[in-house]
Amino acid sequence: MIRVALPAHLRTLAKVAGEVRLEIAGDVTPRAVLDALEERHPVLRGAIREHGTLRRRAFVRFFACGRDVSHEPPDAPLPEAIAKGDEPFVVLGAMAGG
Amino acid sequence: MSGVRVLVGTRKGAFVLTADGRRDRWDVAGPFFAGWEIYHVKGSPADPERLWASQSSSWFGQQIQRSDDGGKTWEPVGNEFRYEGVPGTHQWYDGTPHPWEFARVWHLEPSRTDPDFVYAGVEDAALFCSSDGGKSWRELPGLREHGSGPAWQPGAGGMCLHTILVDPTNAQRLYIAISAAGAFRSDDAGKTWQPINRGLVSEQIPNPTAEVGHCVHRLALHPSRPNVLFMQKHWDVMRSDDAGESWREVSGNLPTDFGFPIDVHAHEPETIYVVPIKSDSEHFPLDGKLQVWRSRSGGDEWEALTNGLPQRDCYVNVLRDAMAVDALDPCGVYFGTTGGQVYVSPNAGDRWEPIVRDLPPVLSVEVQTLP
Repeated sequence: MIRVALPAHLRTLAKVAGEVRLEIAGDVTPRAVLDALEERHPVLRGAIREHGTLRRRAFVRFFACGRDVSHEPPDAPLPEAIAKGDEPFVVLGAMAGG
Repeated sequence: MSGVRVLVGTRKGAFVLTADGRRDRWDVAGPFFAGWEIYHVKGSPADPERLWASQSSSWFGQQIQRSDDGGKTWEPVGNEFRYEGVPGTHQWYDGTPHPWEFARVWHLEPSRTDPDFVYAGVEDAALFCSSDGGKSWRELPGLREHGSGPAWQPGAGGMCLHTILVDPTNAQRLYIAISAAGAFRSDDAGKTWQPINRGLVSEQIPNPTAEVGHCVHRLALHPSRPNVLFMQKHWDVMRSDDAGESWREVSGNLPTDFGFPIDVHAHEPETIYVVPIKSDSEHFPLDGKLQVWRSRSGGDEWEALTNGLPQRDCYVNVLRDAMAVDALDPCGVYFGTTGGQVYVSPNAGDRWEPIVRDLPPVLSVEVQTLP
């Protein structure tokens, strides 16, 4: 079971309270987590990754176990603590603007 | 008694303001989509309970929200706006080629007859439509692929397609406007387009009378005279009597002819409204006095409308999509400011009152006249 923490605006959009919990078969990678997240909540398509290219949106960041993994390859394995559900995969809106 | 529903898009959410036909006591609902930029909210003429909202954020991209109960509840619909083919390039601010990139939906224009059909004008400039209630969107690429596309460039707010007018007597005829490319017309429901900028003079561009490159801020027409168009250009208020084939300046005695919105009285096709703004470098009213100017002669001769508007220390702006009229008699005129005020005049501009004073900066105002 994977835990995903979303920023407030995306929780509102997806109509979820608290963390999202996902089951993922196979390697736990940012791509696998986001694919499963968007499958569960289609409204998030285009909100975290761009349509088509699936590139991370510029002002969105991914954190795993306190580390910024935004620039790591989308198929790189996430830490075991994420894969086991001990720590959440954090989707964060960059601090910018007003 | 009939009533009105005012749909307000702001930098931090949407608001729905309602009143009966007297337009003197208002209910304010919202914010909807709190914290998101709402560039535009508009109701379907074919089904007034169906509303569309463009919800966007630099962080989380574009959403389109739809309401089927007059704005009480909303559901997100499709949000994928993909340009047809290879989008190519337009000019960047420094004149270099820049790839077309989708940023947001500026304007939603629902069909007059089909509640499931809606046009969307987007940044970077292109025209999309949905015929399935917003589930999916497709581009009408003939506009972007008009031969002049590589010469288009962004205005200060981005390269946006901000105005969509559908001829009420001929759904094949569309008018759109882009900052900063100009106005275009299609006579085949958006398949092919021609620039309609003859007569515009823009001293700020290398060729002031170029076929494209003009910063058109807004177009308006009256349903009874769809060949008569009014334009607020960056500078200059313009008029066309031949469906955009030619334009002439009608700024007349306006104290400044820079501005953003322009609109037409619901029952008097020669009565038009603008909000003069000091200049392109100082986006606020002259001398701190907020004034709507009205012409009852289709331009050239204008009068200031000030009753109820602040006449000192007012330094707000009124953006291009932030003025609207209702269809009651007398005609109601509405506008919203970047200071968060939404004003109504229930008597065609003679007297103004604030409906609300402290919303986030207002991006758009639309009005529905309800039975």
